[in-house]
Amino acid sequence: MSKQVQQLDRVVIRFAGDSGDGMQLTGDRFTSETAQLGNDISTLPNFPAEIRAPAGTLPGVSSFQVHFADYDILTPGDAPNVLVAMNPAALKANLADLPRGADIIVNTDEFTRRNLAKVGYQASPLDDGSLDGYVLHPVALTSMTVGALAEHDVSKKDAERAKNMFALGLLSWMYSRPYESTIRFLERKFAARPELVAANTAAFKAGWNFGETTEDFAVRYEVKPAKMNPGTYRNITGNAALSLGLVAAGVRSGLPVFLGAYPITPASDILHELSKHKRFGVTTMQAEDEIAAIGAALGASYGGALGVTTTSGPGVALKGETISLAVALELPLVIVDVQRAGPSTGMPTKTEQADLNMALFGRHGEAPVAVIAPRSPSDCFFAALEAARIALTHRTPVILLSDNYVANGSEPWLLPDVDSLPDLRVEFATTPNGEDGKTFLPYLRDPATLARPWAIPGTPGLEHRIGGLEKADKTGDISYDPANHDFMVRTRAARIEAIEVPDVEVEDPDSDARVLVLGWGSTYGPIGAACRGLRQRGLPVAQAHLRHLAPLPGNLGEVLGRYERVVIPEMNLGQLAHVIRARYLVDAIPYNQVRGLPFTATELETMLEEVVKNA
Amino acid sequence: MPEPVALKLTTKDFKSDQEVRWCPGCGDYAILAAVQSFMPELQIPRERIVFVSGIGCSSRFPYYMNTYGMHSIHGRAPAIATGLSVSRPDLSVWVVTGDGDALSIGGNHLIHALRRNVNLKILLFNNRIYGLTKGQYSPTSEVGKVTKSTPVGSADAPFNPLSLALGAEATFVGRTIDSDRKHLQSVLRAAAEHEGSAFVEIYQNCNIFNDGAFDELKEPATRDDYLIRLEHGRPITFGADGQFCVVHPPGGFGLEVRETASVPADEIVVHDATVTEPAYAFALSRLPGFDLRNTPIGIFRDVRRPSYDSVVQEQGATARAKSTGTPEEQLAGLLSSGDTWTIL
Repeated sequence: MSKQVQQLDRVVIRFAGDSGDGMQLTGDRFTSETAQLGNDISTLPNFPAEIRAPAGTLPGVSSFQVHFADYDILTPGDAPNVLVAMNPAALKANLADLPRGADIIVNTDEFTRRNLAKVGYQASPLDDGSLDGYVLHPVALTSMTVGALAEHDVSKKDAERAKNMFALGLLSWMYSRPYESTIRFLERKFAARPELVAANTAAFKAGWNFGETTEDFAVRYEVKPAKMNPGTYRNITGNAALSLGLVAAGVRSGLPVFLGAYPITPASDILHELSKHKRFGVTTMQAEDEIAAIGAALGASYGGALGVTTTSGPGVALKGETISLAVALELPLVIVDVQRAGPSTGMPTKTEQADLNMALFGRHGEAPVAVIAPRSPSDCFFAALEAARIALTHRTPVILLSDNYVANGSEPWLLPDVDSLPDLRVEFATTPNGEDGKTFLPYLRDPATLARPWAIPGTPGLEHRIGGLEKADKTGDISYDPANHDFMVRTRAARIEAIEVPDVEVEDPDSDARVLVLGWGSTYGPIGAACRGLRQRGLPVAQAHLRHLAPLPGNLGEVLGRYERVVIPEMNLGQLAHVIRARYLVDAIPYNQVRGLPFTATELETMLEEVVKNA
Repeated sequence: MPEPVALKLTTKDFKSDQEVRWCPGCGDYAILAAVQSFMPELQIPRERIVFVSGIGCSSRFPYYMNTYGMHSIHGRAPAIATGLSVSRPDLSVWVVTGDGDALSIGGNHLIHALRRNVNLKILLFNNRIYGLTKGQYSPTSEVGKVTKSTPVGSADAPFNPLSLALGAEATFVGRTIDSDRKHLQSVLRAAAEHEGSAFVEIYQNCNIFNDGAFDELKEPATRDDYLIRLEHGRPITFGADGQFCVVHPPGGFGLEVRETASVPADEIVVHDATVTEPAYAFALSRLPGFDLRNTPIGIFRDVRRPSYDSVVQEQGATARAKSTGTPEEQLAGLLSSGDTWTIL
């Protein structure tokens, strides 16, 4: 039976189920199949902090959303066209996000009276007409999977667990995805247990064949490859890209990379990834706490390595005193903050941009550091290189503000040519720099960068002592001299301002916009998609996005001055807006949301439309 | 640890140009002089020696050593020194700390450095008081200590630094006294030769806020009867006339002091710092009370266990041995690993 094939330009699918149902894996495999096909992709995993919340409950729901299209896309999509709900909790938790007319595929086996009661359904939503506005596909996923594996030598439990592969097979058929990479993946994953390779492969094929034969799915869809720049791509998450960026920084600087880290969500994956790359001269140390993690990194920097520490907001709070020491010692140090919702433990698996104030100002004394933020998952690679460049060239701590959205989200990444990456080589001090040719002045500065020499232990003739006490200019001796302190405080501020950062670019295709949307970090995608939407409807709007938050680009004041209205959307209560207002005296309009989720392009478009029409 | 080389260094070579600014009469002067005159013995070039300290009176130490040095932040010296030592196996890294720095604010870093067996030589100057903040009780002060912050006496029990270090699986544990240069240097010598963490407690007099805390161990009239000088392979006897000895009573858990005359010679414990089981050294660490009677000094424990540094270095070397190509080629390979696709 051949089915009707319909062409679509974009699709958003959300896989949702219990934490133990394997939804992240299912979404990840579907993404990989889609990448092979050449669609543009953006993904959004969303999972609870609990490893295994009680089965079948709302807090235990884990989901993975993938947006793919035949053109370049910027976000994981606002509203799913398709929801795969593995149980009543997954349906209930996600239904509100679905537009009317969306497809819902449910695993009917899980819609038992007990499971319905767990999430407060009085009657089954599959029967009571409440889903009439959607295209409902009731599929007995579990029992069909178990049935398909009847002849396989696996336990009933293992057979039931393969239901996610049945669902993946069905969706792969529906959207005409190539499945070879998934079969290869299963062969790798279960290499030690061939019976599971066979069972999961059979479940996948059963799902595929079910789509092919059942009359419930009358249409099959295709999404053509996107027009993307030529080259080799891979799908990559922000945390993975950031890790590779740090490895690349080690290669391009010729320095060993030392990571001190303490496990914390959502940054731990960087520690996991970097621990695999020892052959590049990367050392990872899982420290006893956040303070030791940055302490060890600073100690390694003192010894001539690129010291790095990776953490999330609560960890940065603990590291504050050591960052301040690094400011005084004027040594390179990269601090990665994968932001999550706060305050306190907050919502560890949900995103937020509320650590900007802490990054800019969160230390005792006048302790300025450089701050940068990546705009997308693959951009984390280049942001890591840029953080390393600033740290090494300017001998300063650099805070890199990633967040859970870019860290765990993924997108296709056009692999860069290694030779095109920035040259990060540095020179250590090797000879005395005093006028007499004998003395070494550890705080005699490079006139251009104001950076002091990096004289590492082991260098004969340059023995010197540094520390957190205020130092005299040039000699670095302890000094309580009032004028010297004033000079040193101002010099440390000037050092950061002296960092060369590229001008901020403005996207204003017809140069007729009167409203500028200014963002930073992970909001780039939703803001960009909203601006495109407005322009397509003939409403001019300009977009500028900051990578460098300290120092700010030199042309920013001039850019802000060109527009009648400046809107600043942030996933906090207006932290960048505060800086912009204070520094440039611009009456910027903050637009803020702290729901633990990225902005949707739709809500930003609606908000911006009002501003643009009234400008 | 750097390999020793023949060098003609003297005490003077290790004195920095900075004026020493401890209170006159402070025990730190004696320790500094002892360390400076011991350093040439190491036969390690000055540039390969690094002193890292935290905060407190003792932590000013690096400024006075003409080596590399870092005066860091309160309690964190072991963590900072760990990063330095692990990434630079060619250096000799020393940590100078005090009872507040190491055992209060920095307790966590100390125990973890010791359990990891990082190649650090940790010198803890114990004066049983906070000096730099002007006289509050410390985590080694005796219960009931009357200070500015405890006007009716402290209520909390102190740490025994050596018991703590041994509980943290330290591979080298020793104790010495500021005023006994010869003994101090003998312990430093053994610590320097030890591969891995060496923890040395140095009783140090704060003549301003806790003067005379260790007088019984120093006064000619009392010291011989109070001090137990541990010597590897020798029966543990002490007292002006060797009238006391240490025994392990049958059925008991620890060690006890007896009169030598009342004990058969073969029941006197023969000191062995290399006993793998830490219970023996722990029992030694429990002998003295706060009256300082029965205070062992010397090397309590000196056992071999691979240092954290050496294991980390070995893992790196193994990984590098398996790889081929230039770093750039390897990086290109890493970037393009996994599922990739090409658009023409």
